[in-house]
Amino acid sequence: MSQAIVEVKGLGKSFGAHQVLQDLDLTVEASQVVVIIGPSGSGKSTFLRCLNGLEAAERGTVRICGHPLLEDGRLIDDARLNQVRTDVGMVFQSFNLFPHLTVLDNITLAPRSLGRLTHRQADQEARDFLRKVGLEEKAQVYPGTLSGGQKQRVAIARALAMKPKVMMFDEATSALDPELVGEVLQVIKALAAEGMTMLVVTHEMGFAREVADTVVVMDQGAIIEQGPPAQVFSAPREARTRTFLQAVLTH
Amino acid sequence: MALDFSPVWQGWRSLANGALVTVEVTAASLGLGCLLGLLVGMGRLSPGRRIIYGICTAYLTFIRGTPLLVQLFLLFFGLPQFGILLPAFLCGVLGLGIYSGAYVSEIVRGSIQSIDRGQMEAARSLGMPYRMAMRKVILPQAFVRMIPPLGNEFIALIKNSALVSLLTIDDVMHEGEKIISVSYRSLEVYLAIAFIYLLLTSVTTLILRRTERTLRADGRVL
Repeated sequence: MSQAIVEVKGLGKSFGAHQVLQDLDLTVEASQVVVIIGPSGSGKSTFLRCLNGLEAAERGTVRICGHPLLEDGRLIDDARLNQVRTDVGMVFQSFNLFPHLTVLDNITLAPRSLGRLTHRQADQEARDFLRKVGLEEKAQVYPGTLSGGQKQRVAIARALAMKPKVMMFDEATSALDPELVGEVLQVIKALAAEGMTMLVVTHEMGFAREVADTVVVMDQGAIIEQGPPAQVFSAPREARTRTFLQAVLTH
Repeated sequence: MALDFSPVWQGWRSLANGALVTVEVTAASLGLGCLLGLLVGMGRLSPGRRIIYGICTAYLTFIRGTPLLVQLFLLFFGLPQFGILLPAFLCGVLGLGIYSGAYVSEIVRGSIQSIDRGQMEAARSLGMPYRMAMRKVILPQAFVRMIPPLGNEFIALIKNSALVSLLTIDDVMHEGEKIISVSYRSLEVYLAIAFIYLLLTSVTTLILRRTERTLRADGRVL
C-alpha cells in the first residue's frame, strides 16, 4: 500500500456565481507523476495554487503527507501553513527568482533563514542541486544574467533545496522561448526518474504522454477525465477531451 | 550699486557653523522621517487591519494637508500651553521628521507594492513566514526603487529645514539673517545662503546616485 502524498476531497472555489473549481477529488501517491492538462481558463493553475495555500478555496479538504492544509474549506493557521508549505515545492511560470540575490543565495535563503541548515551546509547542498540542474558554474551570478531556461532550472533547484515531498509545476515552460523548453523538461524528467512525486500543469502534450503516470483533464473547473496517458491520449472517453486534444495536437 | 560680499567673508565662520547645524537638523529628522515612513508605509499595506490602517491614514492626511510652518509652530508655541516645553532643536527635528515621515511612507508603500506579487508567493511557497519574506525578499528590492524618490525627499527636507530658523535654531538661514541685521547686505548674504544649500543638495544627489549605481551593479536587474 503506497502512501498518499496529496489528498484532495471536494475542493471547491467560486468567484461570485462563477464556479472556478467544482468539487475536485484527487489523490497523488508517493513517486507518482500526475499531469494536469486542459484548455486555458479551466482552473488548472488555481487548483495547483490551492494545494499550497497560495489561493484559498471555500469547500473541501486538502491533505499533504497526511497533514491538513485545508479543512472543510478553512485554511489552517499561518504557522502550520508555513510548515506544510516546506513539503510542497512550487515552480512558477514566471520563475519568480529573487533578483537581488545571487543564484546560490536564491537557493540557500529559505533553508538558512528557517534554520534548517547552517550557512556552510546550505551552500554545499545548493551546489549539489545546481549540479543536478546543470548550472554549477552559475552559482555566483545574479538571475538577471540568465536565460529563461536557466532561470527556471535555478527555480527548480531552489524548490528542491527545501527537500519537498512533492513538486508542483505551474506551467513551468509556458514563458520560455521554444528552444529553451527542452532543457527544463529534461530536468523535470530526471526528477521523475528519481522517484520524485510530482503534480505538473502543462501544455506540453508530448511531455505529458512521456512522463505521466496519470493524466488529469480539466475543463470549466472540473476534472472531466483521468487515467493513464495511453488511454487518455489514444482513447479519450469524453468528447470534451477529444475536442481539446484535437485543438492542441493538430497545429 | 556694487555688490559687497565682505560681510559674508567676515561672517564665514558663523555661516559654516550654521551649515553644520542645518546638516545636523536634517540628518536627525531624516532618520526620524525614514523610521516613521517605514512603519506608516507598511501599516498602510493592509487596509484589512482597520485600526493600524486608520491611524496611519489619519497621520498622513493631517501632515500632508497642513503647512509645515504651522506644524512647527504647534510644537514650539502650542505645546508649552500644556506645560510641554521642548528645546528648540528637538522641536525642529520632531517637526521636520514627522513631516517628511508622511511623504516617505507613501514612497515606502508605493515601492513595496511595485514589487511583483510572484516574489512574495515564491518566498511563502518555500515556507517563509510573511515577515521574513518581507524582510529578506521584498524590502531589499523595494529599497532600491525607493532611492530616487527618497533622494527628492531628502533634498526637499534640506531646503525645508530653513524654516527651523524661525524656532530660534541657529541654522545657516538664521546665521545669515543675523549677518544681514548688522550689515544690511541682504542680496549678498541670501545669495551665499542659497549657494550653501545648493552645495548641500548637490552632495546629497551625488551620494544617492552612487548608492543606486552600486546597488544595481552586477546584473541585479531590479
